[in-house]
Amino acid sequence: MVEFSGIKEIIKPGNLVYKKTNIMTENSLSYCPGCGHGTAHRILAEIIGEEGLQSETIGVSPVGCSVFMYNYLDIDWQEAAHGRAPAVATAIKRLLPEKFVFTYQGDGDLAAIGTAETIHACNRGENILIIFINNGIYGMTGGQMAPTTLPGMKSSTSPYGRDVKTMGFPLKITDIVASLPGSYYVTRQSVHTAANVKKTKKAIRKSFQYQKLNKGTCLIEIVSNCPSGWKMTPVQSNKWMEENMFPYYPLGDLKTPEE
Amino acid sequence: MAKIRGSIVVNVERCKGCEVCMVTCPTGTIEMAKEVNGKGYNYAFPANPELCIGCANCAMVCPDGVITVYKTKI
Ligand SMILES: Cc1ncc(C[n+]2csc(CCOP(=O)(O)OP(=O)(O)O)c2C)c(N)n1
Ligand code: SF4
Ligand code: SF4
Ligand code: SF4
Ligand SMILES: [Mg+2]
Repeated sequence: MVEFSGIKEIIKPGNLVYKKTNIMTENSLSYCPGCGHGTAHRILAEIIGEEGLQSETIGVSPVGCSVFMYNYLDIDWQEAAHGRAPAVATAIKRLLPEKFVFTYQGDGDLAAIGTAETIHACNRGENILIIFINNGIYGMTGGQMAPTTLPGMKSSTSPYGRDVKTMGFPLKITDIVASLPGSYYVTRQSVHTAANVKKTKKAIRKSFQYQKLNKGTCLIEIVSNCPSGWKMTPVQSNKWMEENMFPYYPLGDLKTPEE
Repeated sequence: MAKIRGSIVVNVERCKGCEVCMVTCPTGTIEMAKEVNGKGYNYAFPANPELCIGCANCAMVCPDGVITVYKTKI
């Protein structure tokens, strides 16, 4: 191996290729080690920074582990009651149509208690972006079964695994949203590898562009991990996600605009 | 011939030791420290700095945004 003593010479401003965006505040994230919420926050912040939309963007934060999201992105925020973010975002966007408005919601928030708000906002074609973090569980409250929990998947309220005979089937709410005429762009992505991070960033950037053109509702599902709720290490959880979540929730676009 | 060289800086006190960066790094640059930071986590560090190519994969997957990446041709 070539002897190299110049590491210090590499570390200088002109050689910088990646630095945390200043749209992220200096607050430490409250998330467990390896939780995808942090990555999802950061890439959303990167797009807002790169597109110069810091003072133009209003976020609506959910109830769930990401309830404190307003502490982490330096933009304007409104906290919503559990599941009601799309309704709150509807009001904000209608009153301030020149602003970029997004919600950020977990699967418990968006696909359980907030199912009605999700479906009706999308069916009305509200001109908002919905970012949906599907980790198949209620992370915040201790890992209870969610509508999105996989068949056979263990949670604190399905300790022997989800039995679809008594507990129903996992709800593919993103597919339902894609079938509604009001939705414009619907995609399912992940943030656990660099390649997936790049794709998800592209989806977020496109959604902001569509919102500027008043195209209707954009929904980006991010299939994500919950190492604590799933009782795995972060690295194991990402592998488990690839092997178990992705077959049920395949990544890719569900609805793309006819250009 | 010019060679691409990279270098990372880990904000050690912010690292949660999740190892996601370590398994993502294509060159085996990153390992977890035997020592812990103030939060009690074995933090990530460039154990083999001469291997880094500055691809920024580690920084892109770090949930806590604690990695800064530099790259140059030498
Ligand atoms: C009206 C109401 N009902 C129930 C709760 C309890 N609660 C808090 S978070 C949550 C579910 C969170 O799960 P999810 O939306 O998937 O977010 P995650 O923590 O997994 O990111 C529930 C049921 C609440 N806070 N308010
Ligand atoms: S409980 Fe799960 S979703 Fe919540 S921060 Fe921890 S790992 Fe993330
Ligand atoms: S920049 Fe690339 S090569 Fe360097 S440590 Fe990070 S992942 Fe590894
Ligand atoms: S991904 Fe980030 S938080 Fe996790 S070990 Fe690496 S530097 Fe630390
Ligand atoms: Mg959840």
